[in-house]
Amino acid sequence: MTLEDLQDLAEQERERQDQKKHRVLFCSAAGCASCGADKVSAALKAKVKEHALDKECEVIGTGCMGLCGEGPLVKVQSDDTMYRNVDVRTAEKIVESHIVNGKKVDAHVCDTNVPFFTSQTRIVLENCGRTNSESIDEYVAAEGYAGLAKALTEMQPADVIEEVRKSGLRGRGGAGYSTGLKWGIVRKAHGEQKYVVCNADEGDPGAFMDRSVLEGDPHRVLEGMAIAGYAVGAQQGYIYCRAEYPLAIERLKLAIKQAEKAGLLGNRILESQFNFRIDIRIGAGAFVCGEETALLASIEGKRGNPRPRPPFPSEKGLWGMPTVINNVETYANVAPIIRKGSDWFAGIGTEKSKGTKVFALAGNIRNTGLIEVPMGIPLRTIIFDIGGGTPDGTEFKAAQTGGPSGGCIPADQLDLPVDYESLMKVGSIMGSGGLIVMDSTSRMVEVAKFFMQFCMDESCGKCIPCRVGTRHIYGLLDKISKKKATQDDMVLLEELCMMVKETSLCGLGQSAPNPVLSTLRFFRHEYEQLLQPVETFEGEPGIVVDFEK
Amino acid sequence: MSPVEQPKHPSGDNRFKLLDRAITKHQARGDALIEILHVAQGIFGYLENDLLIYVARSLKLPLSRVYGVATFYHFFNLKPKGEHTFVLCMGTACYVKGAEQIQTALEEHYQCRFGDTTKDNSVSFITARCVGSCGLAPVAVLDDAVVGKLTPDESIRRVEQVKLSVPEVVS
Amino acid sequence: MAVKTLTINGEQYSAQEGESVLSVCRQNKIPIPTLCHLEGLSTVGACRLCLVQIEGIPKLLPACTTKVEEGMVITTSNQKLDKYRRMIVALLASEGNHVCAVCVANNHCELQDLAYEVGLVRVRYPYLFPKKSLDATHKEYVMDHNRCVLCTRCVRVCDEVEGAHVWDVAGRGIDCEIVTGLDYSWGSSQTCTECGKCVMVCPTGALFEKGVTVSEMEKKKDFLKYIITARQKREWVAFTNE
Repeated sequence: MTLEDLQDLAEQERERQDQKKHRVLFCSAAGCASCGADKVSAALKAKVKEHALDKECEVIGTGCMGLCGEGPLVKVQSDDTMYRNVDVRTAEKIVESHIVNGKKVDAHVCDTNVPFFTSQTRIVLENCGRTNSESIDEYVAAEGYAGLAKALTEMQPADVIEEVRKSGLRGRGGAGYSTGLKWGIVRKAHGEQKYVVCNADEGDPGAFMDRSVLEGDPHRVLEGMAIAGYAVGAQQGYIYCRAEYPLAIERLKLAIKQAEKAGLLGNRILESQFNFRIDIRIGAGAFVCGEETALLASIEGKRGNPRPRPPFPSEKGLWGMPTVINNVETYANVAPIIRKGSDWFAGIGTEKSKGTKVFALAGNIRNTGLIEVPMGIPLRTIIFDIGGGTPDGTEFKAAQTGGPSGGCIPADQLDLPVDYESLMKVGSIMGSGGLIVMDSTSRMVEVAKFFMQFCMDESCGKCIPCRVGTRHIYGLLDKISKKKATQDDMVLLEELCMMVKETSLCGLGQSAPNPVLSTLRFFRHEYEQLLQPVETFEGEPGIVVDFEK
Repeated sequence: MSPVEQPKHPSGDNRFKLLDRAITKHQARGDALIEILHVAQGIFGYLENDLLIYVARSLKLPLSRVYGVATFYHFFNLKPKGEHTFVLCMGTACYVKGAEQIQTALEEHYQCRFGDTTKDNSVSFITARCVGSCGLAPVAVLDDAVVGKLTPDESIRRVEQVKLSVPEVVS
Repeated sequence: MAVKTLTINGEQYSAQEGESVLSVCRQNKIPIPTLCHLEGLSTVGACRLCLVQIEGIPKLLPACTTKVEEGMVITTSNQKLDKYRRMIVALLASEGNHVCAVCVANNHCELQDLAYEVGLVRVRYPYLFPKKSLDATHKEYVMDHNRCVLCTRCVRVCDEVEGAHVWDVAGRGIDCEIVTGLDYSWGSSQTCTECGKCVMVCPTGALFEKGVTVSEMEKKKDFLKYIITARQKREWVAFTNE
């Protein structure tokens, strides 16, 4: 395929879509799929056929439409009407009434002129809910692969890196390292081979952003990786996807096949000298594999044990070769940056945190679902305007970001702008974007215990502070929650948290104490209420190890 | 079935032919161990010792390394599962919405802890780290179907329902 | 090779490029406690005892895996580092079932030595009393998991020096355990060459020779240097084990 072919393909597909009088879209992402989207799509298709509307109306499965708590969702694209809680009967009515007679099915119409939709800025999710997730043609028609084409035909690798650096894009996986700088290091590093790795091991409980992107717009991730490959001089990419996401894996496989067939992956891409292949590696249920060195060990077929850095993967990564590792959302931002330029991207967000961030809203919040907002937006806007606040009769208590590595943010900090530095300042992290809202029924010691149990179970066991330290922190939290602890235990708890944070080998251990430390900081009284009043508690009787010689 | 007898795998179990195909596809490289274990578990249901030995020999890896990998990743089962599986999501959203109460209720009702299979081998109870359907919290995956917005009673009802729907064993 | 100058605890030292901070400290008799590290085996940076503070780097780094750089300013001991080291040894003590008075390695145990070195007086964490097994099926040696600290020296020496890879780590987190084969008994292992290297490099009484009793198991580790120099340089150096 040449550049002209790509443009022709886009043109043809746009014409084809214009000829359709109606495009009925149904959300085929995991949330809706698990509450009956397949039955809805079957009913839609059957009715369209029954009314012999095949020529003028097509029924298409798209990526996540966002409002997961109200699924299954259906959208009639011609007049931008969204329907919620659609069952088979409603689906039939949508065709019979809306498509055939132009009369909307009012009972299920979802008002899209509300903050949930209007306060969002969509870059990563621009195609989710708009295009067919399984069609490369539709992706191309939506300017897909135009970024890769521009990079290959108009830019030198160094220009691509410079453009990404200038855009201010930072890693969306947690730490927020500058993507452009990272690519620059890999480009300069020596190695016979270089690799591009996509971290799709989204393991934070309560996070489903990457999943939605992979399921809804897989080509966007492939394009971002290919651009990275061109920029750093790599010919091979790996996507490390967790096994718990079978639909994402299926869509990725299909997308790779389509792109290879179209000459957008493989040898001599767009008839340039650039070759790039992408393979999928499937995880096997280990949260620690989200840590980059553990992820690389896992791709190499080993136990997912992290190793000390330096050397960083950008210098010594996969099989000892320089390797770029970014997460799904980071790659998903790359193509638009190349296509529209760094100035455009840098114009969104705050001074240090550019662009947008995708969040998965869940927990005790009215509108659960997937949203994308500009960086710097106040947490209050996300929770109360977009999320609609807590359900009736309950009071907001805390928002948890960053999963087991993050922290709980209390109500009086809600005006905090959401960016890397501000979240860090209150003891949380941006993380990959899970945002769980807790109301007054949540007890913070239990929440801390929940996360600590998670970290304890997911610790790889290699380094002592994480392997044994998380076990003892969990034990102390359990003791506190059962009202058996004293002030002495609190001292032990805080000491251990600091020690595990500062001495653990990898990010899992280093951030494991965050949920405890942040709840101690903002909800200390909840711990203290549970303590034994006894001042001089003798402690557990136990055999003292005899270290005497 | 085609009338022509397919040549049998030397082991007498033709499922190994499928496994061999995957091993060949990966050129029997040791770094494909995890991929091969996925395929093996997909074919055989779980990873019993003989199967691990077969994989180790094929990829020319030490047995302890294969065992170390198989026991590191929670996705791999070294024991057979029950006829049905109930995977309860313990993600944060589900936890906040009461997954723990569901766990307690099921454990009491079936006298079986999560991570184990009931004595009659009918149901395996497993916890998962977020199945990514947080909008429907609390969620479980019962066999292959996602069931959302669960309560303790509803969970027991669902498990009973699926137990009744056991396909008759063809004798 | 280029020479690098660096400051350790306020004193100036010079080192070869590519050398680890730990190696420089050892040469200059600057004490840094270690456990997983053993000269001659690959470094894993797992025990975290050798963590040092380096000016300009916000995180503590393990001396064993950190390479020297020109102008590095390193602190190997201060109140915080000493405290963390004590805590790490205390965590190890609480994790296993260590009872020195009845242990074959009593007085010859690196964990015991470490406790002294870091000044551990009392373990403030509850003992976990894990249910661990003892494998006495091998005709020469015994593996007592109760005393294992998961330093993985046995795994590495068997893989890297002997080449047999009998041992590996199975499980995850607090449930990690050293295994032979598919968690077989050691005696039934077909790959074990009975060389005993694992026993000698084991820092505690987890691996020991059959027949020894309390305090009798001395670990002789100099063979490692002897073999490695012979392999790398074709030189057979003096064996110093008394």
